[in-house]
Amino acid sequence: MKNVKVTTAILAMAFVSLTAMSCKDGKKEKSEDAMHSEMSSEEGHHHDEGMEHDEMEGSNDSMDSEAQASDAKQVMADYMELKNALVATNKDDAAKAGKKLESTLNGFDVSGYTAEQQTELKDIIADAKEHAEHIGKSEMDHQREHFKTLSKDMMDMVAITGTENTLYQQFCPMYDGGSAWLSMEKEIKNPYYGSKMMACGKVQKEIN
Amino acid sequence: MKILKTIALILLIAFIAIQFFPTERNESDVIPKTDFLLVNNPPENIGTLLKESCYDCHSNNTEYPWYNKMQPAAWFLEEHIKEGKAELNFNEWENYSDRRKNSKLKSIINQIKDDEMPLSSYTLFHRDAILSDAEKKTLIDYMTKIKDSLE
Repeated sequence: MKNVKVTTAILAMAFVSLTAMSCKDGKKEKSEDAMHSEMSSEEGHHHDEGMEHDEMEGSNDSMDSEAQASDAKQVMADYMELKNALVATNKDDAAKAGKKLESTLNGFDVSGYTAEQQTELKDIIADAKEHAEHIGKSEMDHQREHFKTLSKDMMDMVAITGTENTLYQQFCPMYDGGSAWLSMEKEIKNPYYGSKMMACGKVQKEIN
Repeated sequence: MKILKTIALILLIAFIAIQFFPTERNESDVIPKTDFLLVNNPPENIGTLLKESCYDCHSNNTEYPWYNKMQPAAWFLEEHIKEGKAELNFNEWENYSDRRKNSKLKSIINQIKDDEMPLSSYTLFHRDAILSDAEKKTLIDYMTKIKDSLE
């Protein structure tokens, strides 16, 4: 009888893990579905813009650059949201902003830029997307690690896309051998330390 | 006891049945020219460490022990390998841009430093993959050197 018990235990474990696996798959499908619907609404969004294009034939170029300026603008807005969450040392808000940034980057339309800029932008977007994704599912210290490299990506992106709003490139010499970030305001609010060292840093550069 | 026997039988059948669900094996004989080790040509000990502790999930070729060919372990593994390769595939190293290499190296260094990689669920069965403190330092120093050469 002891044998039967042992066998049962082993098989029960096998069964439980099998069930667990199928649950996991189920969840995954769900989240993929969610992604799809998000993506399709994204597509819808771009489609609308496309329709406007047709109506306003002749001004295609300006429409293109406008749509793109708004892509870049949205990326920057999401980035700022993320930065503010890090300044506030709020992990959940940072994760939310990271996910939002990831989906904005997914929909980024680079078609109106020169071939060279497109290559560079695609590279930046691919890299930034990975950091945003990780920020979406990590602890605070990891979020900040990824934010550092993401900030570098954002600076390189702005160098190509330009910016409507004045941006301040700020720098904290203490975090990880010196780390920069972008802000809309001149006053230093440190996203790498938050309240621990809120005012640590200086403005490196003003970007117009 | 009769109930127990019935349950055991059902589970046994389930266990056998799931063996017939195929999983995709991550196996390849070809090491592409873009492979990290081919491109960077590190000292032999680095290559051995990477192959032993990282390549099972971060390359196109996994060395499967027998129990990982059985279900449900094989499913579990398949998922991990898929994820691992999406994050970082050492075989594809030279296809990454400098920007992405830099990001990957930074993550490699941080994850080894923080004991997040290799995964504990992996080292539980692969005792050889555990990195000693000295080995960690060797790897981190090497990766830092590569990273600095990019900048």
